[in-house]
Amino acid sequence: MVKGSVAISVERCKGCGFCVEFCPTHVLALSSAFNSKGYHPPNVVDGQKCSGCDLCGMYCPDFAIYGVRDAR
Amino acid sequence: MSDATIEKATLEIPVEIPVDAINPVEPFLRMDRMPHIWCPGCGIGTTVNCFTRALLASKRNLDKVAVVSGIGCTGRVAGYARLDSFHTTHGRAIPFATGLKLANPELDVVVYSGDGDLFAIGGNHFIHAARRNMDLKVICVNNLTYAMTGGQTAPTTPGKVISATAPYGVFEPAFNLVALAEAAGAAYVARWTTYHVKQLSRAMEEILSRKGFCFIEVLSPCPTLYQRRNKMGDGLDAMKYYKQASKIRPGARPSECDLTRDGEIVVGKFVDRERPGYLELLHSQMTETLGERYAEPEVSCCGEC
Amino acid sequence: MHADPKGVLTGVHFIDGDHACCEGALAAGARFAAGYPITPSTEVVERFASRIPTVGGIFIQMEDELAASIAIQGAVWGGAKAFTVTSGPGFSLMMEHIGYAAMTETPCVFVNVQRGGPSTGLPTLPAQADMMQARWGSHGDYGVIALCPNSPQECFDLTVTGFNLAEEFRVPVMMMLDECVGHMTEKVVIPGAEKIGITPRRYTRLPPEEFRLFQPQADKVPDMLRAGDGYRFHVTGLTHDERGYPSMNVDTQDRTIRRLQDKLAPLADERALSEAEHLEDAEVVVVSYGITSRVAQRALEMARERGIRAGKFRIVSAWPFPERRIRELAGRVKALVVPELNLGQMVHEVSRAAQGRAAVIPVSHAGGSVHRPETILKAIVEAAR
Repeated sequence: MVKGSVAISVERCKGCGFCVEFCPTHVLALSSAFNSKGYHPPNVVDGQKCSGCDLCGMYCPDFAIYGVRDAR
Repeated sequence: MSDATIEKATLEIPVEIPVDAINPVEPFLRMDRMPHIWCPGCGIGTTVNCFTRALLASKRNLDKVAVVSGIGCTGRVAGYARLDSFHTTHGRAIPFATGLKLANPELDVVVYSGDGDLFAIGGNHFIHAARRNMDLKVICVNNLTYAMTGGQTAPTTPGKVISATAPYGVFEPAFNLVALAEAAGAAYVARWTTYHVKQLSRAMEEILSRKGFCFIEVLSPCPTLYQRRNKMGDGLDAMKYYKQASKIRPGARPSECDLTRDGEIVVGKFVDRERPGYLELLHSQMTETLGERYAEPEVSCCGEC
Repeated sequence: MHADPKGVLTGVHFIDGDHACCEGALAAGARFAAGYPITPSTEVVERFASRIPTVGGIFIQMEDELAASIAIQGAVWGGAKAFTVTSGPGFSLMMEHIGYAAMTETPCVFVNVQRGGPSTGLPTLPAQADMMQARWGSHGDYGVIALCPNSPQECFDLTVTGFNLAEEFRVPVMMMLDECVGHMTEKVVIPGAEKIGITPRRYTRLPPEEFRLFQPQADKVPDMLRAGDGYRFHVTGLTHDERGYPSMNVDTQDRTIRRLQDKLAPLADERALSEAEHLEDAEVVVVSYGITSRVAQRALEMARERGIRAGKFRIVSAWPFPERRIRELAGRVKALVVPELNLGQMVHEVSRAAQGRAAVIPVSHAGGSVHRPETILKAIVEAAR
């Protein structure tokens, strides 16, 4: 099973929610905490399901998240 | 919120990323100019991600890729792209790009601009470049409004929508951009939305690798103006609408793919045809009439001339 | 360096100003032109269209002057020497892009074969009524260079000069012809290519990490680049810093915008192009340019025949305005007579520079033909009284 992980640049996030909505395996959710600009960035709620497909990275308009496949 | 609450809100996200991994978009951006000016939920950044993936996949020499933008929110893409880039005047990215390409045909010239810029003030230039089949790759981010200046009516704003200059609702018929592009002679015409990130990247890669006047319309949310003024929610609501309302119909007739306020969005690649390119036609005409006397254009000079 | 022989039609020709201007552009190294037909300028690009395919370059007739005026700038950033050609109504359309060229410091040439205006005016008849527009036509503070040929020979020579100045100062240059000079046929001698001095584009020698596209050198002019050489540069019409990045604040505006005008200062002073005659003992000097200077020449002869100590100062570079020369002249003479094919444009500059030290007498003409020598003579006689 392909495994992957995401890297989130918290301060860049503007809380649009695209990554949360369109992650095919529902890895992410908007966190209740917020960054210094007052936005709620995503956090990983189900890391096991992450395949590193990087769809989140493609959707993110603020370049605040990307996914990578783990090295085998 | 009290100061204490803000101090406590440092986010800790357990992630394990490969040590030398970076966001694939970063090498293509002028990171010294981040953060960009686009609003939360705006789709322009999403299109830039797709463009980045397309550049990588196309394996084009990035020193030879030039981006030309006009004025508007999408026009700001040129300023953020770490390529030879030109932020020109409103509506005139296409003729600038024409001169650039003709002076140095080795360049891959991408025009990246918005619906108002390309089709209102720039409309005349669009149709002529398409007519000539000038070798330009035109990416039009269509947010159905003039976003930068506050959300005024654009030629693409659908009927009944409220805009800054149509406070009682737009009543003018809107342009169907893909139909216009096809009619004017574009060699490649496609429409996607910012929801269709995979297809959009593939389309952008496709046009980077082929010749001729190529046009991609990308529907994108403008949450701050278009969405808000029309009580259509935010960027995510727009994206969900795109997902729900889009019908992928490759080869559909563009004239039958009008956009409306809440209706169906036909997406896909509609036109992909071979037409002789401008430089090809120029060359062939000149060699036919002048024969040996025709001198190949050496337009660009390196400083020794 | 000297001209590329491929573009030089060496020989003695009998051609009109429009045609000579085209040859000047070719001799200067122009290999890209974009234009739109407009009387009385069209012959310039028609000739270019017929010459360039055997020289090696491109002409494209664009869909309007807005397109032509920016296509040439795209070509410049692609590495070309480029120009466009127009007359009054087209010149008006090009104004936004003249400002863009000034702001982005894009070296290029705009040829305006002036005709009667305003609006559609007198398409086939001469005027010189776009002179102020050449300087002030676009919005904002900026500077341009403007040259005024008065013969087909000068249409050739000064076009070469115009291209050279564009490269030297990284600025758009206005060639201010008029319908008379453009359509008059005279002898034009085009020398061998080795005798034609060309200013090459001052491309930077610095590597991409070090080069700043808007960092001025000692002469206040930045070095140049072209797309495709790996510099990954950015050009914008927004107020920008030395990197070319938008920097919309008061300090950058002050620094950048002032420099756009300051860099041209030598042309208002020691490098102003002009022609003078009989100034040593003159009491009245006729200040003129373009076709009017040819008529003024006759008027000056007639004045001298009548014993009036009349001198000539012919403006060749009209912008930046040759302030210092005019101010000096005003201190030594009684009056400056300024005939123009307009209702008074450059005369205001002459007045301003003269600072009241001499009388400044306009001889206006609404356009449509040239002055009669007698009209200018009358003004000289009255000024001398």
